[in-house]
Amino acid sequence: MRKLIVAFFLLFSAFTPAIASAIDTFEFDNVKQEQTFHDLTKVLRCPKCQNQNISDSNAELAKDLRNKTYELVKEGKTEDEVVDYMVARFGNFVRYDPPMTPATIFLWLGPLLFIIFGFLVLYKQAKNKSKKEDQLDSEETNRLQKILKQGDK
Amino acid sequence: MANNRKRLVLLVPLAIFFVGCIFLFKGLYSDPRKLDSALIGQPVPEFILQDIYDENKQHDASIFKGQKMLLNVWATWCPTCYAEHKFLNQLAAQGMYIVGMNYKDDRKKAIRWLTDLNDPYQISLFDRDGMLGMDLGVYGAPETYFIDSKGIIQYRHVGDLNERIWKEQLAELFDGMQ
Repeated sequence: MRKLIVAFFLLFSAFTPAIASAIDTFEFDNVKQEQTFHDLTKVLRCPKCQNQNISDSNAELAKDLRNKTYELVKEGKTEDEVVDYMVARFGNFVRYDPPMTPATIFLWLGPLLFIIFGFLVLYKQAKNKSKKEDQLDSEETNRLQKILKQGDK
Repeated sequence: MANNRKRLVLLVPLAIFFVGCIFLFKGLYSDPRKLDSALIGQPVPEFILQDIYDENKQHDASIFKGQKMLLNVWATWCPTCYAEHKFLNQLAAQGMYIVGMNYKDDRKKAIRWLTDLNDPYQISLFDRDGMLGMDLGVYGAPETYFIDSKGIIQYRHVGDLNERIWKEQLAELFDGMQ
C-alpha cells in the first residue's frame, strides 16, 4: 500500500512541471533559462489574438513566437533582449507592459493631473471661504463691539 | 468679470467630456485587429529566400531597390488571399510592380495556384518557414507592404486589397511615394 502511495506521488510530481506547457516540449540547459522562457511567454502578447499571451494561445503565430522565444533564450539572450527583438518586429502591441511614449504618457500623468487639479480646486475654495469669514462689514463690526461691551458688564 | 471666469471654469468638465466622446467615437470605427507595422520608415530586413518556381534561384533584399512597389504576403491556406488575387491581377495589368511572398506554405500548391489564377508577381519569394515573415512582423495573411524606391517600408495594409479600399485610401498613398 505504502509503495503504491509513493508511486502515485512520484507519478504526480513527474507530471506537474509539464502542466504549464502541455503541448510543446522544450528542453533547457538550466532552470534559470526555463524560468526566463516561461516568464517571457506570459508577458508577450500574441499579435494575432486580441488578448492572450503567447503561452495561452493556440494560434499558429503564437506557436512561432514561442519557438522563436525558445531559440533566443537558448542562445543566452536576456529577457529584455527577447522583448526588444519582438517589439522591433511586432511593435509595442506584443508587450503587456506598455512603455512610456508620447502616445501613452497620459496614462501615467492623467491620474496625477486629476489629483493635482482636485487639490487646487479644494485649496482655492478653502481660501475663498476663510477670506469671507474673516472680513466683517461695518454693521457686523458694530454688532460685535456691542456684544463684547455687554460681555464686559 | 469674476462671474464670467466662474462660468468658464464650470465649462471645463463639459469640454473634457466632449474630448472623451471624440476619442470613444473614433474607437467605435477602428479595427483593433489592424496593427501599425513596427517597420515603417525602415528598410526591408535582410534575407535570402528561394524563388518559388526554382529552388536554385535565390533572392535577397536588393530586389526591393530601384522602384516603388508592393510586397504582398499570401498563402494558399488563406481564403482572403483567394478573394484578393483577382484585384492583384488587375493591378499588375495596370503596370504595378508587385513582389509576392508565399508565407508558410507548400511549394507545389503555391505554383498550382499561380498557374491556375494567373501570376501577378514580378518576383515570387518562397518563405516556407516564415523567416522573413517573422522579421517583417507578419501576423496573418494577406498583408501588403508599400515599399519606396529606396527600399524603405512606408506603409502596411492588413487584410485584402480590393478596388474600394485601393481607391479610397491606398492609391493616393502609393502615388505619393517616391
